[in-house]
Amino acid sequence: MEYLAIFPPLVGFLMAFLFGRQMGDKGAQLITCSGVIIAAFVSCVLFVQVIFGHDGHGDPRTVHLMQWMASGDFKINWALRVDQLAVVMMCVVNIVSSCVHVYSVGYMSHDKCKARFMAYLSLFTFAMLMLVTADNLVQLFFGWEGVGVASYLLIGFWNHKDSANAAAIKAFVVNRVGDFGLALGIFAAFVVFGTVQFDAMFEMAASKADATMTFFGQDFHAITVIALLLFMGAMGKSAQLGLHTWLPDAMEGPTPVSALIHAATMVTAGVFLVARMSPVFEYAPNALLVVTLVGAATAFVAATIGMTQFDIKRVIAYSTMSQLGYMFFALGVSAYGAAIFHLMTHAFFKALLFLGAGSVIHAMSNEQDMRKMGGIWKKIPTTYVLMWIGSLALAGMPFFAGYYSKDIILEAAYADHTWFGELAYYLGIAAAVMTAFYSARLLFMTFHGKPRADKHTMDHVHESPPTMLTPLMILGTGALFAGYLFYDKFVGHHQIWQDSIFVLPENDTVEAAHHVPYWVKKLPIVAGALGLVLGWVFYLKFVGLPSVFTKVFKPLHTLFYNKWYFDEIYNAVFVKPAAAFGRVFWATDRNVVDGLGPDGVAKTSRGFGAMLSKFQTGYVFQYAFVMIIGLIAIISWFFFKLTNGQG
Amino acid sequence: MNNEAMTSFDFSSLGAILPELFLAVAGLVLLVAGVLRGDKSTNFIGGAVIWCLGIAAFILIGLEWDRVSILNGMFVMDPFAGFMKVLVIGGLIASVALSMQYLHQDYIARFEYPILVLFSGIGMMLMISAHDMLALYVGLELQSLALYVLASIRRDHIKSAESGMKYFVLGAISSGILLFGISLLYGYAGTTNFAILGDTLSHNMSLGVIIGLVFVLAGVAFKISAVPFHMWTPDVYEGAPASVTALFAIVPKVAAMALLIRLLFEPFAALQSEWFQIIWFIALASMVLGAFAGLAQNNIKRLMAYSSIGNMGYALIGVAASGAMGITAVIVYLAIYMAMTAGVFGVILCMRRDGNAVENIDDLAGLSKNAPKLAYILAILMFSMAGIPPLAGFFGKFLIFQSAVESGLYTLAILGIISSVVAAYYYLRIIKVMFFDEPADKFDAEISLSRKLVIGLSVIGVIFFIVNPSPLIDQSRIAASSLFSGLDDVATPDTAENNTQ
Repeated sequence: MEYLAIFPPLVGFLMAFLFGRQMGDKGAQLITCSGVIIAAFVSCVLFVQVIFGHDGHGDPRTVHLMQWMASGDFKINWALRVDQLAVVMMCVVNIVSSCVHVYSVGYMSHDKCKARFMAYLSLFTFAMLMLVTADNLVQLFFGWEGVGVASYLLIGFWNHKDSANAAAIKAFVVNRVGDFGLALGIFAAFVVFGTVQFDAMFEMAASKADATMTFFGQDFHAITVIALLLFMGAMGKSAQLGLHTWLPDAMEGPTPVSALIHAATMVTAGVFLVARMSPVFEYAPNALLVVTLVGAATAFVAATIGMTQFDIKRVIAYSTMSQLGYMFFALGVSAYGAAIFHLMTHAFFKALLFLGAGSVIHAMSNEQDMRKMGGIWKKIPTTYVLMWIGSLALAGMPFFAGYYSKDIILEAAYADHTWFGELAYYLGIAAAVMTAFYSARLLFMTFHGKPRADKHTMDHVHESPPTMLTPLMILGTGALFAGYLFYDKFVGHHQIWQDSIFVLPENDTVEAAHHVPYWVKKLPIVAGALGLVLGWVFYLKFVGLPSVFTKVFKPLHTLFYNKWYFDEIYNAVFVKPAAAFGRVFWATDRNVVDGLGPDGVAKTSRGFGAMLSKFQTGYVFQYAFVMIIGLIAIISWFFFKLTNGQG
Repeated sequence: MNNEAMTSFDFSSLGAILPELFLAVAGLVLLVAGVLRGDKSTNFIGGAVIWCLGIAAFILIGLEWDRVSILNGMFVMDPFAGFMKVLVIGGLIASVALSMQYLHQDYIARFEYPILVLFSGIGMMLMISAHDMLALYVGLELQSLALYVLASIRRDHIKSAESGMKYFVLGAISSGILLFGISLLYGYAGTTNFAILGDTLSHNMSLGVIIGLVFVLAGVAFKISAVPFHMWTPDVYEGAPASVTALFAIVPKVAAMALLIRLLFEPFAALQSEWFQIIWFIALASMVLGAFAGLAQNNIKRLMAYSSIGNMGYALIGVAASGAMGITAVIVYLAIYMAMTAGVFGVILCMRRDGNAVENIDDLAGLSKNAPKLAYILAILMFSMAGIPPLAGFFGKFLIFQSAVESGLYTLAILGIISSVVAAYYYLRIIKVMFFDEPADKFDAEISLSRKLVIGLSVIGVIFFIVNPSPLIDQSRIAASSLFSGLDDVATPDTAENNTQ
């Protein structure tokens, strides 16, 4: 059963990757799609079993596959840990992945390398599943790097485009920084706990709450160090402020990739990691503080940038980053359930928005700039309606999925009753206004107003084929109902998490969130509504207003529009000095090390060889001479030895 | 030697020499047939020679390999001789099979060619089984004379004639040296028989004996082209027709090495501390020269000459390590070397452009584009030659160096590894030229079935040796240990580096 939820994507990947050419495009699409659809179906069944099994008490299980490595005390297994947390992630990953697989069949219909694309998608799905079902940190790291590789391959899928290659490399390199932290975190965990197996670590966490580790002659609180290092990995993968610069560029990949990897699943791996490690994070209050602050700052900054961008995919990308910020500050205030809840609803509506955007781009003959769209809502009504659903869910309008999850996060932040919790609450409210604003902006610029595209493109605007619309509808259903249906189970009074998430009793903000003042509960709705109205005023009612505003708030707009100059600062601080260093070392290596070492030795050897072959004159008498000399030399040697040695 | 022994032949014991007798008779019959039918019959005779060699191999394998000494102690048969002869016959078959097409292409399709190969083969087999200095000399000369003729078989070609001439003159000098050594030994020991010689030398060791030893070893070292008796090799390899070069590279050295081993461990066993110094030196000099001088070569046949000098150096490490383990390593090494060389020369023989043989390394440029199969085969063989695991060449070198280290020959082992690193350059360079250089013109595509078969077997052997190495290694061990059993007076060699001091 568990195997069927994990391995069909792997089979799909192997078949499509190795035999894609023999099977043809149709065969590859069929096998990869059916692989993930089987996995999605089975994981839904597992969801019911794991969460409602044992008369509703939950039935988590761990399937041992085989031993991976063993070295002294260090033992690591391949295992499938299917507990409540993992099964939620499995459902999200498999369902979204199925939708994206099917959607890709339509979206990539004009591409030459369909089999390769489908294979990578399946590879990604498998790696993500390994990540969420890991029962130790090393297997998690395997999945973590696996999704990183798949992401790299897919961002750079159109490898004839320089920008795509650059974006792929950027994503990989920036993630290396985070992964470096993650790896160190795993090492530190092994040092402190003597194991990287989750259950064993979690049992020990309480007893190690006061442990310290010495580093550079200073004592640090061990659990905080581990938590912060792991969080560094999470920051890289989940594009939190500081390590976020790769995410917008990653939009160079095909749109289904953006939907699956850079919105719904891979970027939430960091959220999953922190939630999975909740028994450790709970004993590191300072680390939680950092998580909250980084998350809140990300939510705010990303939203400000999102308001100013014109590329439809980049707007959604910054929105993703902003929503990830929400999830992280939820984690930071110990509202793990709320974070996972938002992760799930977000997966639905953000994948919906991306795929919807893909449908728009498809309709507009690959145009991504919103300034060249407008007035197309009558021509693609289905996409239009679905985009509205996604946007309203994103803006947190009542009864859409995002409403439930975003509200509980903000309430939990407020209920934390700490200075950083409240700060996060207000930053979150501000971000909520902006979120609603840029959602409205996106909708109005894209679908309403006067057409700004040329006539040829406009004539060509068409609704997408059913293979693309069906997944959109499934995701739309999720975006409509997922919040209402699962509110009670995820963050309400009948929580399903049991042992898979651990919260110290004094930190239980999800419970406290139900008892916050009335205005705290209602403010997010007001914020969302305000944002939508502002968007309507700016981009539909008084179309001239935005340009006036940008002039009045020029410095601010410039800052936002240029993404707070993160790329430029990194370029100046890290990339250029590193390149300069590299050139210095390269010159040293080439001139000094190579000159004396490899090249020098090689040159001498060749000279020696040339000298030796000069002996080979071709004259027989010289050859005979060498032979005789050799003979005489040997005899002389013995003569000398015997007469001296014995005499 | 008493008269009775001279006159009463025990014909039943002639069984041990049956393969050689069969080949000799067959060779004469084929010679007559060739004379009657002329050069038209070359193909037929070539095929017949291969068949005869095959039959001889069957007879050989069917024989009892227990140690017998016949013809008044002139001829000995033991597992070592048997196994080495099997290797030699295999090498002869491979070289004839490789060369038949080439003979026609290079207008040297004379019926004598395969027959000469056959006669040189008989010479080699006699060398391997020789148990008397005179038998040794006769076998050696039979093989050499045939080879001199083969080297210059393309009489109208100046290089071929020149190489035959050089080989002959230098070979004659080396024969003189050898004979002089034998006569010195006879003068001091009063016998040419290996068994009696060994017995005598064990309690009569004078400077004259040692000088005789040096001369004899110098004569044999010429045949295996060990430094400083190697000078003929590059010129002859380059000048002789490629098919003859293939023969030179594949077979005679194996026979000469077997002869050397028998000499060292039977008659000269008592002189081990002396001959060890000589072997140590020529092994080292051969490895180093083979590695470094090869770097400067552009002609692939010449390159293979230096490669063979170097490889004989490695094999000699095993001899210097002595003991059953060292000899086992030598035999395995030679067998693998033969297989690889057969494949490499198979490819070299395919290097023809517009009907002419080309033999520069640059001519291989871009072979991976023009003839990918050939390029990959040569690449695998080159990797194996360079000693890169998991190919067979690695295991050959590994066993040799292992035996050296176990005998305490650290200097040889270290210098051997260094020179194999240096030599790897020229093997890998060929791969680089084939795969990364701008393609040159295509080679002629026509390759005969027999050549394909040899190349194919060689590559398969090289690749799959790792799957089941034990048959070869076990057989070699049996062969090697037969040299040491029943010779109790040969102390288990505890050679150490300080012997050379």
